Amino acid sequence: MNPFSSGTRLRDMIRAIRACKTAAEERGVVRKECAAIRAAINENDNDYRHRNLAKLMFIHMLGYPTHFGQMECLKLIASSEFPEKRIGYLGLMLLLDERQEVLMLVTNSLKQDLNHSNQYIVGLALCALGNICSAEMARDLAPEVERLLQFRDPNTRKKAALCAIRIIRKVPDLAENFINPAAALLKEKHHGVLITGVQLCTDLCKASADALEYFREKCTEGLVKTLKDVANSPYAPEYDIAGITDPFLHIRLLKLLRVLGQGDADASDLMNDILAQVATKTESNKNAGNAILYECVETIMSIEDNGGLRVLAINILGRFLSNRDNNIRYVALNMLMKAITVDAQAVQRHRATILECVKDSDASIRKRALELVYLLINESNVKPLTKELIDYLEVSDQEFKGDLTAKICSLIAKFSPEKIWYIDQMLKVLSEAGNFVKDEVWHALIVVISNASDLHGYTVRALYRALQTSVEQESLVRVAVWCIGEYGDMLIKNVGMLDIEDPITVTESDAVDIIELAIKRHTSDLTTKAMSLIALLKLSSRFPSCSERIQDIIVQNRGNLVLELQQRSIEFNSIIQKHQNIRSALVERMPVLDEATFIGRRAGSMPATVSTSSGASLNLPNGVAKPSAAPLVDLLDLSLDDAPAPSSSGGDFLQDLLGVDLSPASNQSGTNQASKTGTDVLLDLLSIETPPVQSSSSPPDVLSSIQDNKSPVASLEELALPSSLSGQATTPVGAAPMMDLLDGFVSNPPKPENNGSVYPSVVAFESAALRITFDFSKPPGNPQTTSIQATFTNLSPNVYTDFIFQAAVPKFLQLHLDPASSNTLPAIGNGSITQNLRVTNSQHGKKSLVMRIRIAYKINDKDVLEEGQISNFPRGL
Amino acid sequence: MIHFVILNNRQGKVRLTKWYSTYSQKERSKVIRELTGIILSRGPKLCNFVEWRGLKVVYKRYAGLYFSMCIDQDDNELETLDIIHHYVEMLDRYFLNVCELDLIYNFHKAYYILDELLLAGELQESSRRTIARLVAAQDSLVETAREQASLLGELVKQTM
Repeated sequence: MNPFSSGTRLRDMIRAIRACKTAAEERGVVRKECAAIRAAINENDNDYRHRNLAKLMFIHMLGYPTHFGQMECLKLIASSEFPEKRIGYLGLMLLLDERQEVLMLVTNSLKQDLNHSNQYIVGLALCALGNICSAEMARDLAPEVERLLQFRDPNTRKKAALCAIRIIRKVPDLAENFINPAAALLKEKHHGVLITGVQLCTDLCKASADALEYFREKCTEGLVKTLKDVANSPYAPEYDIAGITDPFLHIRLLKLLRVLGQGDADASDLMNDILAQVATKTESNKNAGNAILYECVETIMSIEDNGGLRVLAINILGRFLSNRDNNIRYVALNMLMKAITVDAQAVQRHRATILECVKDSDASIRKRALELVYLLINESNVKPLTKELIDYLEVSDQEFKGDLTAKICSLIAKFSPEKIWYIDQMLKVLSEAGNFVKDEVWHALIVVISNASDLHGYTVRALYRALQTSVEQESLVRVAVWCIGEYGDMLIKNVGMLDIEDPITVTESDAVDIIELAIKRHTSDLTTKAMSLIALLKLSSRFPSCSERIQDIIVQNRGNLVLELQQRSIEFNSIIQKHQNIRSALVERMPVLDEATFIGRRAGSMPATVSTSSGASLNLPNGVAKPSAAPLVDLLDLSLDDAPAPSSSGGDFLQDLLGVDLSPASNQSGTNQASKTGTDVLLDLLSIETPPVQSSSSPPDVLSSIQDNKSPVASLEELALPSSLSGQATTPVGAAPMMDLLDGFVSNPPKPENNGSVYPSVVAFESAALRITFDFSKPPGNPQTTSIQATFTNLSPNVYTDFIFQAAVPKFLQLHLDPASSNTLPAIGNGSITQNLRVTNSQHGKKSLVMRIRIAYKINDKDVLEEGQISNFPRGL
Repeated sequence: MIHFVILNNRQGKVRLTKWYSTYSQKERSKVIRELTGIILSRGPKLCNFVEWRGLKVVYKRYAGLYFSMCIDQDDNELETLDIIHHYVEMLDRYFLNVCELDLIYNFHKAYYILDELLLAGELQESSRRTIARLVAAQDSLVETAREQASLLGELVKQTM
């Protein structure tokens, strides 16, 4: 015996750990113990192995790593003594799981122990095998288990039966070997063996059709009799729970009968009587009885139809549903979900009670009930039920509102009998829980509104009213802003009054107030603000009296930090200021959105609704963020992403939208529409006499991609890459044509807002395989900041994948990297990746820029790393 | 089937865990953390079932201890409650008025009892008497072995 090995007993260690006041103290104790245990392991200490493993198990339970003790389990299992084996197997089950390779080493010991003369040792081995065996072990040891199913001691037989379950779950092919021995178990009297035997048969039926057929033929009658016996058995203290003899056996028998009766009328017939007896005679004042009834109902619902029994079952569920115990109500709701496919009418009778459950204080019950209500709603009851749900929306918990809102919206969309009802209900939902409404849902609402031409006035007024009280519901604000932008005149003039409406008086400036509020509220997100800007532009033409005020608001946004808003504000301002003659045509009301296309897209390809799936910059339903492809299309495209995309037929769309007579131009463009870009069309449209050089000199590369890319989604995504964002006021590429284009009208074109590339581009880095060039620009009014557009060009014939560019700068600089346009760099001559960087030089004028870079990419899955330093930045950055 | 059994106290300290489905050690601690948070925050009057990752967790509180078992969607929740109760009764019978301290200092005993009750995530025995007898028989095997060992030790001492 080693006097230096860890002397503390398990009890002392636990006491020491419990005495710790802080986590750090506890860690200290555990560390010390673990060190002692490791030392003992290294010395191969036999006397304390047993105690050390027990300690390790406790430490493991506290969440500390104990992998070093795994081999100790194996050593203890290999010992010949029962106490060692017992703790060894316990440790094995606790410290290991089936995926650890160490486990394979134990197969041999297990095999020996399964053949041991001591039944308790056999039991230990079976227990370990049943709890953690892997597929390989299952294959290796299946014959042993099969043999043990006929072992003389019943306690070993029952363990072997459950072990067999684990084996066939891991290796279903082995099922056949167990069919016969399993059937033999069903004849036993010992409850443990019977319970496990029935369970084994149930699992065998799931694993093998042969087994199902076999048991159905041979065992159904016997099982019915067993159930009858146990149901009618007199009081047996050993198995009694709440006055019922062995409810566990009841339940397992009912479960197996369900499997056997499903899809087989003869077998179902055999069990009808006993099911009726169990359903009527079982006491339901205790949990055990209810558990049996619950199982019995499920069996009745699943086996072949017997009208009488089903009525009985539904009645039991009705009773459950009105029970005061939440558990019982929960399982009733659970079961009614299954019953609805069998007998919807019967379930409908309990509608009122189920609806009450939606308002329960218990989240589990609410969730179940809501799902059930959802299944119960049809055309005939949608109105009252939806009203109930919407009323409840007002008072429901925050965390439940998301689920509830989604379900209500889907119900309204699915069953709405008429448009006005749909719009009314949606407005209610938006006012109550607009923040929980998904983007697709309010997009759909806008499509519906746009299609309901006789309701435009009604809707916009209703929205205006709703907005007075629920300003904080983002999606309500969005829909309202869109509608006011489109139908603002109807709001003022009370066009299309319905009889049910109260007249309201809204002045033009009231309407502008609302939009101004939306754009100025700090909680409004980018989408709302962008939509508000567009609405303002539209109103500027619709409400000439407010035009100046609108212009003021737009001008205020020219300094917005968000590039998109900034750019749009500048553009819109320019439209209002300088292009009075085309403004009214530009901002005409949207054409009716095509409902069929929208629904088709939504159902067909979810990715098409870019707004929900892609990155932030795309998350703009009015397309404001849609990049350079067609700046003007964007600007007018107040529709959803899903409205005709510019990529499909930019030219056509614009023509429709503007309704401008552009016959000569469009005829020309018609021949080659796909390649027509927004700017081109606009040029044609406005028939400007500016030299075409400006627009053709800098068409962004990406535009060409539209031609090759048939799918609008793909092209949208491609266009969305940051590099191609026209939004960069600082990059000359995107925004400039647009500005120039419009400015072409003006006699005295103003200077562009900033004077971009006064700094020469540099080749920042060049190796045999890669070249990086930097283009510089300075945002106005901030000399410290430099925007850099990095262009990566592949100089090799191989494609680079997983391309990552990283840069580091000294402390006096601040670096911001935008995402790259792609992470795949095509081979030489096939294109490049661009990435925007923003460097802020806090020592502007004193120190010049310097940067370390690292580029990682893969060629044919091989990692390549390049590094370098860039110090050839132009002076004065 | 029962995927796992977790026993923790009101402070969220784990007192026993048993895994019948495969979860890596990392997943295990994640599961425990997640479920303890959910279960401990539920009020006393609510139902004993929590839907979780497509499975159901049935839990019941006994004094300061929460017994949770995770079962499949289509398993019988009410029966699982009875299984939990079955186990608690057995612990009570074994430790004579079981309390948390018993389960801390004799955690291995709690595991031995559980191993006679459940195997492969299925119920093994419905008779409390049988389980008590089996555990007692194995305990006495350990006792005898220990007595023999100490007797042997005495003998060695005497002869030396």
